[in-house]
Parts: sequence; C-alpha cells; structure tokens
Amino acid sequence: MIPEGSLLSAHDLRKTYGSTPALDGASFSVHPGEVVAVMGPSGSGKSTLLHCLAGIVNPDSGTITYAGRELSAMSDAERSALRRSDFGFVFQFGQLVPELTCVENVALPLRLNGVKRKAAERTALEWMERLEVDGLGGKRPGEVSGGQGQRVAVARALAGSPKVIFADEPTGALDSLNGERVMELLTEAARSSHVAVVLVTHEARVAAFSDRDVTVRDGRAHNLEYSA
Amino acid sequence: MSIGHTLLGLLESGPRHGYDLKRTFDEKFGQDRPLHYGQVYSTMSRLLKNGLVEVDGVESEGGPERKRYAITDAGITDVSQWLDQPEKPEPYLQSTLYTKVVLALLTGRSASGLLDTQRSEHLRLMRILTDRKRKGDLADQLICDHALFHLEADLRWLELTAARLDQLAKVVTP
Repeated sequence: MIPEGSLLSAHDLRKTYGSTPALDGASFSVHPGEVVAVMGPSGSGKSTLLHCLAGIVNPDSGTITYAGRELSAMSDAERSALRRSDFGFVFQFGQLVPELTCVENVALPLRLNGVKRKAAERTALEWMERLEVDGLGGKRPGEVSGGQGQRVAVARALAGSPKVIFADEPTGALDSLNGERVMELLTEAARSSHVAVVLVTHEARVAAFSDRDVTVRDGRAHNLEYSA
Repeated sequence: MSIGHTLLGLLESGPRHGYDLKRTFDEKFGQDRPLHYGQVYSTMSRLLKNGLVEVDGVESEGGPERKRYAITDAGITDVSQWLDQPEKPEPYLQSTLYTKVVLALLTGRSASGLLDTQRSEHLRLMRILTDRKRKGDLADQLICDHALFHLEADLRWLELTAARLDQLAKVVTP
C-alpha cells in the first residue's frame, strides 16, 4: 500500500488519546521535493498525523514507511537518529534555543551530527544568507523579530540537509507579509534542494504555496492523489 | 470596473491616441481581460459626445487617421467624483454556492462532497495566483492579493458551512 515513488507514507493510522480518537484510519504520502499541505479544522488530528509521520508519536496501529523502512520496526534510538539526520522541523514559535546565537542555532543540527564547529557555522551562514537573515548571526533569538526568528528556524531546519521538513503552522505567529515571505523562502529552498515538506496549516493562503493538499477530518485524511 | 473613468484618468497625464490608451490600460489593468479596440473607440466617442474629452489633433502619416484625445475640465471633475465615490460592497447574499448546498441537502445528495469539491477548486486557483504573484511585479502582487483574499473568505465560508451541515439540514429539509 506504499504509493509508488513516495518518500514517506502512512497507511491506516489510528491513535487514541484516552477515549478520544485523534486518528481514525488516516493515510498519507509525500514524494521527494513535494510540498503537501495538511489542512483541517482544529482538533481534526492534523498535528497528531504530523507527529506520527515524524516518529515523535507512535500510532496505536497502522504503518509508516520512510525510504523503504518501517518506522514502527525501529527502536526509539533509531528513530531519534533518523529525526536528526533526515528530518527538519519548523514550529509556530519557541523553537530556537534562547541561550545560543542565531548562527549557533542554525548550526545545531550539524553539530549534533558531528560536524566541526567552524564548518557547521559556515554552512549555517550560507543558509542564513539564503533566508535573508545573514546579518543576525551574532544575535540571540530574543533580540530578533518574530519574522526574522522564523527565518532563522527555517534556515536551521534546512541546514542539516534533511530529506523531509515538518512544518506545523510555521507562519501562525506572523503577520501576512512576513508569513508570506517565510513561505516563499521555505518552499523555494525546499524545492530547489529536493526536500519534501509536510506543512500543517489552517490558512488557505499558506496552503496555496503547496503542490497538493490533504484534508484531515475526524481523524481521516482525504485527497491522497499525487499530482506532480 | 468603469472603463470610461479609467481611460479618462489615463488621459490626465497628457493627450494620447486610442491605440496608446489601449496599450497603457492593458499594461496596468487588463492582465486578464485586455480591451478590444472597438471598446476603446466606442468609449472615446461617448466621452467625446459628453464633453469629457476633446480631439487634440489628427494624424495620418500615410496610414488611417489617428485622433489624439485630451481630457477636458469636465472630464477631470468626472474622474475626481468617481474616485471620491466609495464602491458599493457586494455582500453576495444568497450566493450560488449557498443555493447549491441547500439543493444538495433537499435532494439527498452529498453536500459535504460538494463543499469539498468547491474547496479544492478554490485552492487550485489560489495556487495559480500564488505562483503568478511570486513571478510578478508589485502590480501583479496587489492584483493577485485582492483575488486571494476574496477566495480565502469564500474558503472560510465553505469550512464553516461544512461544520454546520447537520444543523442546516435540519433547518432546510421538511
């Protein structure tokens, strides 16, 4: 049941929190370089779907396959290693380490993967330049605006050369103009580097930056066709 | 959009030929719907008859005669009045979409399916506009933004209606 050519796919995921079903037979797939928007009303299960796909939350049943490997067959340590090496994350806010400078934040995924400080910061600066925040290298997250902080977060998500970026409401805390610029930069960088993006959003204007959208309603995902 | 007022406004910066007016209009406002020559000449002859423009000169240069138009004081006043007058907001009450949803419920068809299909179509158009905006200049961006905000408003209505279908069914079905 793995869609041909998909990088990450999920089939018939079920997840219950207490007596509340969050996912009720959701399926999903994303191809390399594809940007897929996951939409749906609040409480529909879209964030749970993202967390399951990223290996942060284990579904009660169903299968998730990444690059031919089943996530449920991996140990916690293997899943953590996979998240560090192959996945990037962008959240709504509060994701940058406040004690580190912006360039140190962006270099963090590389440092965690064993890259030496100088090389990691050089790569980090290249990504920061691409995200138009290269002038903020020495500042701490508390000293930059929300829009700038989000660009730093996108640079960090891309710096580790991930195969998939998971973005959960990445523009939720930004005004229209800043939100749009962040989406433009994120999707352009991801497409040109052939990185897949799973984008959770409830905003249609943000979803319009995607190649395809999937709606989660009552824990089930609709519109699965791949239309690249 | 009032083509007459727009052409008059373009003439305020100086006299122009009909062809020049069409080209400037298309460049600035007619991305999706360029003007036909016939529209330009019929509009100009109406403005001429109403005293809002005058013929500033006629050239032929070996080809057909080309009139150069200039705006009159009455024309300038007319443009000012048009710009000062607010546009009537259109609330789209009883829209086609609402009618379709109610009819689907009345006839036992899938109203949620109808809403989903419409949602996809709206998002498809929003993707096209977003792409055009990305590749365009500031004028393109503003034009696309206007359309995008309206589509987004429709989408919010579609979402809300989808969430209220059960309630609506009780109200509209006998």
